[in-house]
Amino acid sequence: MTCDESEILLHALIDDELDAGNTRAVEEHVAGCPRCAAQLQSYRAMSKMIAGADLRYRAPLGLRQRIEASLPQPTQAPSRRAVLRGFAMGSAVSAIAATGLVAIVLRSDDEARIQSEVVSAHLRSLQAGHLTDVISTDQHTVKPWFNGKLDVAPPVVDLTAQGFTLIGGRLDYVDARPIGAIVYRRRAHVINLFVAQTASTERRAAKIETLQGFNIRRWSERGLNYWAVSDLAADELAEFGEKFEAAMRSGTTG
Amino acid sequence: MPVKAANDDPEKARRFRDAALPYLDDAYTLARYLLRDATDAEDAVQECYLRALKHFDTYRGPAMKPWLFAILRNVCRAEFARRASSPTAPIDDVPEEAEQTPLWHDAPQTPEAQMLHQWDSTTIHRLVAALAEPFRETFVLREIHDLSYREIADVVGAPVGTVMSRLARARAMLRSAWMAEEELPK
Repeated sequence: MTCDESEILLHALIDDELDAGNTRAVEEHVAGCPRCAAQLQSYRAMSKMIAGADLRYRAPLGLRQRIEASLPQPTQAPSRRAVLRGFAMGSAVSAIAATGLVAIVLRSDDEARIQSEVVSAHLRSLQAGHLTDVISTDQHTVKPWFNGKLDVAPPVVDLTAQGFTLIGGRLDYVDARPIGAIVYRRRAHVINLFVAQTASTERRAAKIETLQGFNIRRWSERGLNYWAVSDLAADELAEFGEKFEAAMRSGTTG
Repeated sequence: MPVKAANDDPEKARRFRDAALPYLDDAYTLARYLLRDATDAEDAVQECYLRALKHFDTYRGPAMKPWLFAILRNVCRAEFARRASSPTAPIDDVPEEAEQTPLWHDAPQTPEAQMLHQWDSTTIHRLVAALAEPFRETFVLREIHDLSYREIADVVGAPVGTVMSRLARARAMLRSAWMAEEELPK
């Protein structure tokens, strides 16, 4: 690799955007080139200082209010139309009742609603100060915190070594019931892992879906439903789920 | 269904609010760096949210933040065009060939091993804001908004390779300015 190439690629190295082969190539070049090594060090130092500086703006309150005002206002109670739609649905349901189809239709309907609630809970958690009720990188602190707050003990797994930092836990509400949320971080991306009890003990393989731009990895195991929600790319979220399931199987929960 | 009725749908508005409003500070921050004017930035962000709501029905991803940013960037470019047509306002877009100049022409005498001074946020902010476009845009998307190269490429509508060279150049320019700041009389 030449210095010209390295000058571009060392930034990708700093940003963690290189694949294994290019990472090795840049590192090899830098190891043998004092000039590029000094540059890399200097740019790393600069990026760190920039990351530590407060360079963000807060939107003025007036702007927020103007945007809020321009949106159609939400109705508190279900609108007349929604109620009527409910009746229409009801008669359609009785028309095909007892065919077995109903249960399936409602179940996937439920599923979609809960999924949308899980995403809303994830979004709420991202607002300042809402992310964690208990802040700890120690699974033996996070897990006992849930005791007595929920009717299940959500498994808390430390995945720091696998690149997903445990940052805490939170009590949230989904489907009008309290639900445990375990919070992880990957670079600047937050992952909320929601855990709820389910009546069925059958294992359901993981499925990744996208809702409002968030990826959701959903699976069930040993009587618990899991939803991992994040703005991480789907493959990284899949990696998170796999690491979590692997850790569960090897029994390293706190 | 008439368009108006679709935009009046409270359920859609609720989903849009939940999905897009958490990024208001991000959008405003980007607009401030792109336009370097508080009032213009507010107008641009408001216009961006109006357009985003209009297109929310067809939104299927990518992640919400880059999607909003791509819309915001278009709004800001329209503002650039307006400024360019007004005789008093300066434009700071660099000509095409500036992007082609090899990196090492920037600061041939920059000592590689010199330790960088730890500036305060105000100084760093001023140095970043002084970067020329399109380098400032790429730099801000990466360093302040933590977008991946792929996401930046989608937002600015350029190949990933262009993003990489712009970012390298932005950092080289910033580093030169960073060091030059020490030479200034206090």
